[in-house]
Amino acid sequence: MLRVQGKAVHQCDSGWVPVFVDQEQSISLMSVGFLLEKPDEAVVWRGPKKNALIKQFVSDVAWGQLDYLVVDTPPGTSDEHMAVVDALRPYSPLGALVVTTPQAVSVGDVRRELTFCKKVGLRVIGVVENMSGFVCPHCAECTNIFSRGGGEELARHAGVPFLGSVPLDPELTRSLEEGRDFIQGFPESPAFPALSCIAQKILNEAPVGLC
Amino acid sequence: MEEVPHDCPGVSSAQAGRGASCQGCPNQGICASGAGAAPDPAIEEIKERMKTVKHKILVLSGKGGVGKSTFSAHLAHGLAEDENTQVALLDIDICGPSIPKIMGLEGEQVHQSGSGWSPVFLEDNLGVMSVGFLLSSPDDAVIWRGPKKNGMIKQFLRDVDWGEVDYLIVDTPPGTSDEHLSAVQYLAAAHIDGAVIITTPQEVSLQDVRKEISFCHKVKLPIIGVVENMSSFTCPKCQKESQIFPPTTGGAEVMCQDLKVPLLGKVPLDPRIGKSCDKGESFFAEVPDSPATLAYRSIIQRIQESCSLRQPKGENLVGS
Repeated sequence: MLRVQGKAVHQCDSGWVPVFVDQEQSISLMSVGFLLEKPDEAVVWRGPKKNALIKQFVSDVAWGQLDYLVVDTPPGTSDEHMAVVDALRPYSPLGALVVTTPQAVSVGDVRRELTFCKKVGLRVIGVVENMSGFVCPHCAECTNIFSRGGGEELARHAGVPFLGSVPLDPELTRSLEEGRDFIQGFPESPAFPALSCIAQKILNEAPVGLC
Repeated sequence: MEEVPHDCPGVSSAQAGRGASCQGCPNQGICASGAGAAPDPAIEEIKERMKTVKHKILVLSGKGGVGKSTFSAHLAHGLAEDENTQVALLDIDICGPSIPKIMGLEGEQVHQSGSGWSPVFLEDNLGVMSVGFLLSSPDDAVIWRGPKKNGMIKQFLRDVDWGEVDYLIVDTPPGTSDEHLSAVQYLAAAHIDGAVIITTPQEVSLQDVRKEISFCHKVKLPIIGVVENMSSFTCPKCQKESQIFPPTTGGAEVMCQDLKVPLLGKVPLDPRIGKSCDKGESFFAEVPDSPATLAYRSIIQRIQESCSLRQPKGENLVGS
């Protein structure tokens, strides 16, 4: 999605070098995707092996000076989630952003994710409701394809902040597919204000001087 | 199983019990003795249990959120419309068990009988099993590592008394990990008809489907075909079509041609599908004339045809 598929990961004295996605080197990335010989290769690993790699990603990557480390996880409440919480615990993580779609079926699973956060002592920064409505490009009618309201209700039920709703936008999808910067390319998009607002809320969260 | 070391080499590895990371593990003695490498007796027990199950279908996806559970549920509904067809739906998504909600069975409980666990019956000919039925609250989280999830899957396959079943549909979580390996390994002796892989049209989803196909080849699991979900959206107001998840690389159609895997069909996005699932009702009953219903029915028919072409149970079919 960040247009760095096929790049290789190198070693330096202080560990693995993450891959920079932009000229300014403001965003770096580490993923098992960089360690595969072929992009279609399946990673058919059981829990323990996944846990070991996740631990390495936290401790053996030479991230350098970072303002934010964002960790994208798979769905669920299993090995990967426990491994990353354990690995990051010594570094006092800011917390978890929990993403859902509006429908009850999604909320039904995500409420368990919130229980996971509570059980492992991970603070929830807030809930984000994604794919929240689609504005038809032909007639501007907004259709709630995946229902509505679930994210906000979930946040209320769990007593955590609701950070916002991001509408469905095919241009956002297309940007991800083509590895373009959505924020730069589509400031007119309906998803743009939602995403910017959520980012701003997180920026307001972090206490100054936290390292 | 929290005591299993993080760098565990795996119980069936040559290093089992002998590696540096094995020191101090409570299972070290067992692994070092080679007992871990012996075949699990449950595999034979599951083979016995599966003798009354004619066709077994795994529903897989590379990515989450592509509509796998929705599809599994509606595959079950569609097959069970013929009251002479016995259908079983097994949900092995241990951390995110959505099947009870989608089938309108939330709050139901599992009972034990002399012959094993009884599935929860939605209809006389449609039985369902999920870890969701074993949880007391909708907020309960199943925070289990791989080995414990595998144990649950083993129990589901070995201890549930499905009875005489024409189709067992196994709904899986996204990915290619413990649950998928366990399902394939435990059913190894019982002959799986194949896998149906669900995707959306975008390249980001297809990339993961290619991995899923690679997984199927690796574990010799036949592929019945691919379903492209959320294919297009027709605005209810102006009736014009939009591609919400644009097929920037040709969608599932091109991928299936490249990888020589059947494309079973394309299901358009219909907001009423999500609503039906949220209410725990069959979309086919709610909206029988929707293009999505027609697409589903055609796909289900193709799956039935594919299953009837495969060898009957009892014969070992070498995977494709």
